[in-house]
Amino acid sequence: MKTLFLPLSVVTAALFAWAPLLIANAPFESTMGLIQKIFYFHVPAWMAMYSGLVVCGVASALYLFRGRPEADRVAVSAAELTVVFGLVGLVTGPLWARKAWGIWWEWEPRLTMALLLELIFVGYLMVRKYGGPGSEKLAAAVGIFGTAVSPFVYVSVNIWRTIHPKTSVVPELPRTAPEMVPPFAVSSLAFILLFVLMLMARIELARRQATLDELYLAHEDSGS
Amino acid sequence: MKTLIALTFALLMAASVAAGQPPAAQSEFVPLSQAPAAEQLPAAPLLIAAYSFFLVAVVGYLWTIWRRLNKVDAELQALRQKTRPQH
Amino acid sequence: MLKTALLIVRKDFAIEVKTREILYTTLLFALSCVLVFAFALVKEGQAPTDAAAAILWIAIMFAGTLALGRTFERERYGETLRALMLAPAPRTAIYVGKLLGIAVLLVFAELVLVPLVGFLFSAAFLSHPLRLALLLGAGTVGFAAVGTLFAAMLMRVRTRDVLLPILLYPITVPVIIAGVRGTAALLASPVEEATATMWSAILISFDVVFVTLALWTFEPLMTE
Repeated sequence: MKTLFLPLSVVTAALFAWAPLLIANAPFESTMGLIQKIFYFHVPAWMAMYSGLVVCGVASALYLFRGRPEADRVAVSAAELTVVFGLVGLVTGPLWARKAWGIWWEWEPRLTMALLLELIFVGYLMVRKYGGPGSEKLAAAVGIFGTAVSPFVYVSVNIWRTIHPKTSVVPELPRTAPEMVPPFAVSSLAFILLFVLMLMARIELARRQATLDELYLAHEDSGS
Repeated sequence: MKTLIALTFALLMAASVAAGQPPAAQSEFVPLSQAPAAEQLPAAPLLIAAYSFFLVAVVGYLWTIWRRLNKVDAELQALRQKTRPQH
Repeated sequence: MLKTALLIVRKDFAIEVKTREILYTTLLFALSCVLVFAFALVKEGQAPTDAAAAILWIAIMFAGTLALGRTFERERYGETLRALMLAPAPRTAIYVGKLLGIAVLLVFAELVLVPLVGFLFSAAFLSHPLRLALLLGAGTVGFAAVGTLFAAMLMRVRTRDVLLPILLYPITVPVIIAGVRGTAALLASPVEEATATMWSAILISFDVVFVTLALWTFEPLMTE
């Protein structure tokens, strides 16, 4: 893991340096113009958020059913990243909407869904912070349920409020706007790598915290 | 001491963010008084705000990880030094 | 297993029948919810369209949260759930028992709420009694399935009163969307039966997924 960290961060940094150049050179979208360029950061932020959500759900299940402490560390790290990237998406979304739709907040299905998932994962962190001893397990349940509920939220929110249905924008991009593919691909890759790197760093932090806790316990035992 | 530094750093960051925001916000709201909203809204400030928020969020988060790592490491070191004489 | 579950339901009802504390408080709370929303929404003697469906479901969910809190507070106070956990009964039976208890309690509340809200907002809830019953039943089970698990696991947490709604509401958002939209479809003229059926189907699949998940996670969650 550690040997991978440095080369990966170099690659990520290079990609993040390259992406703005590509984005700046990409053609302007005909109706939205300049503001459409938020797309290249906004959509990858969602990708990173959903990666965090899935990782957190799977790791939570592994922790709850197999009792693996390292799975719990992965879960809490992924939950924090879900919240961070979700926040990026939730802030950049309205900034885009302000220009494109004329309002800050639209009850648009995916924006609404992101808000709900963000709330669930903030709840996850709340449980861990204020849950007292044994809160890891409770948080794991929140992680599992939060991940399991996301398709339901997607379906119900989508039917509840169908406006600007754009789920097909990304898969159709090669056909509709081939010039937009390279910058989008590069920034997506950069985001995913950034997500992996941040996850690795956060897991390392959790690992050291666990070592510290063990040492404290051992110290107390030998002290008393 | 460390928390103090952290706090000042956070305050500075918040202040710089806050200082950076108002002009952007103002230039957004000027055209609103003139005519039909969204069309005349300048896109650049919004775009810059979006990109800078992303940067602030990621750098800020990485910074909290780094700070927490340092704290844990310091505690580890202190604890190890405390336990060593006993062995 | 079902036998144990029914035994638990019977035990809870024996206590409840003696004092009727939870039923009465839940009902009164639901009524005050209806009143608050009526005063907030009714303008010049007219309620906005779909207000009846929305108020009905909000009252059910809020009252359900209260009932969940009270039920498990009683368990905690008497340390009875811990005793149950020590008994050689399967854990899942305890969960099913608790879930049934909460669901039946909520059905009692609905029996009062539906005619009352229909009366106050002149909504023809009873024109399609079976479809409405299906929606209400499926929604109640879905809400109670998540709620029972979370309330049970939060029992040993000091901040449970505030954590329960924080976790429960975002996760049960599909229930409120499907419930309100389905009920509103039944109230519309002409009645949109297909829409109501679709929302019922979503609710039932929600129930299946979340009851299964809760049955899986209850055992490891409640083992200390």
